[in-house]
Amino acid sequence: MPPHSVPDTRSETPAIPAELERPQLLEMYRYLRLTRVLEERLVALYRQSKVIGGLFRSLGQEGESVASAYALERGRHRDILSPLIRNLGSMLVMGARPIEILRQYMAKAEGPTGGRELNVHFNDLEKGYLGQISHLGDMVPVMAGITLTFKMRGEPRVGLVYVGDGATSTGSFHEGLNFAAVQRCPLVVIAEYNHWAYSTPPEKQFAVKDLADKAKGYGVHAVTVDGNDVLAVYAATRYAVERARRGKGVHFIEVKTYRRKGHAEHDDQSYQPKDEIERWAVENDPVDRYVKQLVANGWAEESELAEIDQAAKDEIDQATDACVNDPLPQPETALPGVYAHPPAAERLWFRGL
Amino acid sequence: MAEVTFLEALRQGLSEEMERDERVFMLGEDIGAYGGAFKVTDGFQKKFGAARVIDTPISEAAIVGAAAGAAHMGMRPVAEMQFIDFISCAYDMLTNYVATARYRAGLATPIVVRGPCGGYVRGGPFHSQNPEAAFLHTPGLKIVYPATARDAKGLIKASIRDDDPVLYLEHKWLYRRIKENLPEGEEILTPIGQARIAREGKDLSIITYGATVWKALEAADQLAQDGPSVEVLDLRTLLPLDDDAIVTTVKKTGKVLIVHEDTRTGGLAGEITARINERAFEWLDGPIMRVTAHDVPLPYAPTLEDYVLPQTEDIVKAARWLAKY
Repeated sequence: MPPHSVPDTRSETPAIPAELERPQLLEMYRYLRLTRVLEERLVALYRQSKVIGGLFRSLGQEGESVASAYALERGRHRDILSPLIRNLGSMLVMGARPIEILRQYMAKAEGPTGGRELNVHFNDLEKGYLGQISHLGDMVPVMAGITLTFKMRGEPRVGLVYVGDGATSTGSFHEGLNFAAVQRCPLVVIAEYNHWAYSTPPEKQFAVKDLADKAKGYGVHAVTVDGNDVLAVYAATRYAVERARRGKGVHFIEVKTYRRKGHAEHDDQSYQPKDEIERWAVENDPVDRYVKQLVANGWAEESELAEIDQAAKDEIDQATDACVNDPLPQPETALPGVYAHPPAAERLWFRGL
Repeated sequence: MAEVTFLEALRQGLSEEMERDERVFMLGEDIGAYGGAFKVTDGFQKKFGAARVIDTPISEAAIVGAAAGAAHMGMRPVAEMQFIDFISCAYDMLTNYVATARYRAGLATPIVVRGPCGGYVRGGPFHSQNPEAAFLHTPGLKIVYPATARDAKGLIKASIRDDDPVLYLEHKWLYRRIKENLPEGEEILTPIGQARIAREGKDLSIITYGATVWKALEAADQLAQDGPSVEVLDLRTLLPLDDDAIVTTVKKTGKVLIVHEDTRTGGLAGEITARINERAFEWLDGPIMRVTAHDVPLPYAPTLEDYVLPQTEDIVKAARWLAKY
């Protein structure tokens, strides 16, 4: 059906795919919008120097982040995912609160790591997300261990780990994927082909056409999907998750998408063709595509979506107001918690002079 | 009482912890059906099942990473490096991921990474290493290095029960060479972070660990005839160091010889020297001296290996030199 031939009667409304229902479609939309609004707010705070470190945008990749996470079972001690820097949306889906993201970026004492770590590097294993470290690929072996534990205990839980196209060049990625495949861990790997690993394009990163080809080399079931098609990513992930839950082992989903902003906010993107960015923005924005799909198929009214937009903006306004003037951590809180025992690192002698 | 080797004591410790706590499991290369390159886990897979004694691909980063993930979920993994030389392949995972996990993210990561280390066995550059200095510089890790059969058992049990990640270094030269009577039916636990006086003395302190504890004791015996009375401090835990035990022996003798099998530059002896300088400078009656391996990769030929590594005779000569200072 062409996108603009909106059916005007409910009776002609096409069935919603992937066993989804209307409230779920709207909930996914809410997470997409919340991600985008939150990141736009972070840009404003970055420009005011309130974000202390770098700012990493997921503009253009929100669709695959939200849709893949949405295919997991959520709740206390259910499925666990390990997000990357551009998977803010997936963390919100799992229950991370915008105020936690804001506090973390602004290094606030009350933030989830008390100012120790940056951006989205934090976790809540009960809710089901494990913070990444900056060494790309390392989360694949770690998630192999988490899902190995699910298997050992006979728990019907699934893990999901994101890797970027650049990270598929790391040793940890290959070791972890192979390990998980051999152990038949209930692990879903989402490989984000977003075309740019910092400034490095795919042809300088790997010699395969599709990242899925790498996974097939390890005997892992692998597919490639349109990463900016929210429902396609959801359906593919849902299938992979259920398959993993049934004990069928690792499943690899390559999502083709595009990083429309620089590696971080400071990056002028001089290496990215301007018309390429523009083309993806105009023709292939995941949120725009999803909205058109919802409205064209009669799955949502534009007024409903506008309400969600306003609510997202209000939520981010309130979250920002609630923490923007919070203090940074007290300096001496830097010492405790390196070990369980001893409880704190020694304060050095010159601090006592 | 039953006489057991260092290796058997280690096996007992591992087995007891596997029996005691079902969260304990092992993963590593060739540890299951084959029983490990040195047979440390011989029979374990039959006894505890393949799900708890897991043969893995040759992937040290994945072994340590998977252990970390399992530990986050409440398990107590014991990862074996077939030779500790290969731990460098997991250096990133240990130093960046595991060691920082509690501090940066509040994640409990109680893993033990263990493996055979050390030379004097003609193993050449890649089957003889002592990697402790590379990890000493890593807040968040603990490092233990037993010298006796009792501590081999007591430290593996304490490491498995510890809530922090522990590197457990087991010297392969000690595996079958060291024997000791260990009481049966008694729980042996060696506290992490506590050194041990291996021999009392009054003129000079040798601070050491691992295989060179035995070489220092041999040297002390030889010196007992006509040389200085030597005290030998066996560190047992390298991270965190037992500063109190170090300072106590320095104050007792006033002269310090630090002996280790690892190479000299950037080795543990430098750190111990700095701490003595800061905490017991006035008690010193001479320079703190080091007897260590020469700064070369460890060669294979017996003539070369013996020349590079510190020998009992070197310790005897160094102690005499220092005693006269």
